[in-house]
Amino acid sequence: MIHARRLSKRFGNKRVLDGVDLELPRGGFLTVTGPNGSGKTTLLRLCAGLLAPTRGELRVEVERGRIGFLGHEPLVYRELTALENLELYGRLYRVPERRERIGMLLGRFDLWEARRERAGSYSRGMLQRLALCRVLLHEPDLLLLDEPFNALDAGGVALLENELAELAPSRTFVVATHDPARLERFTSASHAFA
Amino acid sequence: MTGYLRDAAALARKDLLLELRGRETLPSMALFVVATLVAFRFALAGEAEAASEGLLWVAIVFTALLGLGRAFVPEREQGVLDGLVLAPCDRSAIWLAKVVATFAFLVLVEAIALPAFALFFGGVGAATLAAVLLANVGICAVGCLLAAMAAAGRARELLLPLLFLPLAIPIVAGGVGAGVTDDPGRYLGFLGLYDAIFAILAWASFEYVVTE
Repeated sequence: MIHARRLSKRFGNKRVLDGVDLELPRGGFLTVTGPNGSGKTTLLRLCAGLLAPTRGELRVEVERGRIGFLGHEPLVYRELTALENLELYGRLYRVPERRERIGMLLGRFDLWEARRERAGSYSRGMLQRLALCRVLLHEPDLLLLDEPFNALDAGGVALLENELAELAPSRTFVVATHDPARLERFTSASHAFA
Repeated sequence: MTGYLRDAAALARKDLLLELRGRETLPSMALFVVATLVAFRFALAGEAEAASEGLLWVAIVFTALLGLGRAFVPEREQGVLDGLVLAPCDRSAIWLAKVVATFAFLVLVEAIALPAFALFFGGVGAATLAAVLLANVGICAVGCLLAAMAAAGRARELLLPLLFLPLAIPIVAGGVGAGVTDDPGRYLGFLGLYDAIFAILAWASFEYVVTE
């Protein structure tokens, strides 16, 4: 599903990725590791189409609307409630039976009680749960997750692990993490940046 | 097409809701335009009548600039533009929604500014009213594209006025012309043409502005 050959990315004079080769088949689970600033996030943003490579070739064989992207920011409006944010994304992603799907995800990620509160009043962990709801809302084929366990408490980690266990057999994943051991049971390939 | 308009409507509704809750843009714009008109009134006491049409347009353009500077702030501060850009909808719907929301803000502010202008400088003609409405379309179409460009850059507070003001000169020329001449039709036509050309250009190029 993802083919990268000699993929490079520069920001001005700073070379962030240099000659990365990757092959990830449909249904694969790629774990990307490396120190801060090594290019993990850039690789995910390239795969999402949010950045263009400076050199090299990158093919991602999935439509834009079938990608679920979890970045450092939750990508939600702080002035809107969780429900309003998901409703907006649900409309834009043309999610069928949107209300039922939103309700199910909010319930699953333990946000149902707080659904009418503004996202700006959420704790960091709740925002991460809301971001995961947003990512999963349209049942994407390719999930690009940047540090998905960030800010989650033990309950949140367990929820996400359950979610990954359920989805991993049928979806393609690229996950950037500092904790690859946690994802070991799902991982089919790994890439370590120096 | 229906889906496209529905996406734009959902995004515009979101922008209006954000403003209703945050109340950051509209009060600032209203205060700015009234303060500017009051300042002009006192600065040009006695000579204001001759220059009044020009003063109105300067006030409108700079007030619009204030609103445009805030147009993509929620998306930039919260990184939401990435989420919107990844959605399968046509990306120009994001631009259209911003145009609709900014147009609404501008009309609301002008509902305060034009009576204030009439009070200080003696009346607003029908031609000026028509020119203001036509100019709003051009200001919002061009301004929202440039605001998105500026939001992606580092010196965004500098970049937006530098890009926007040169492109607003034809709007000021058309607006002033419509207000002072006996035959405003030519100037209103010019503003309409400006709107059509720049709206099409902005609509077609927005996709390239929000992607690398």
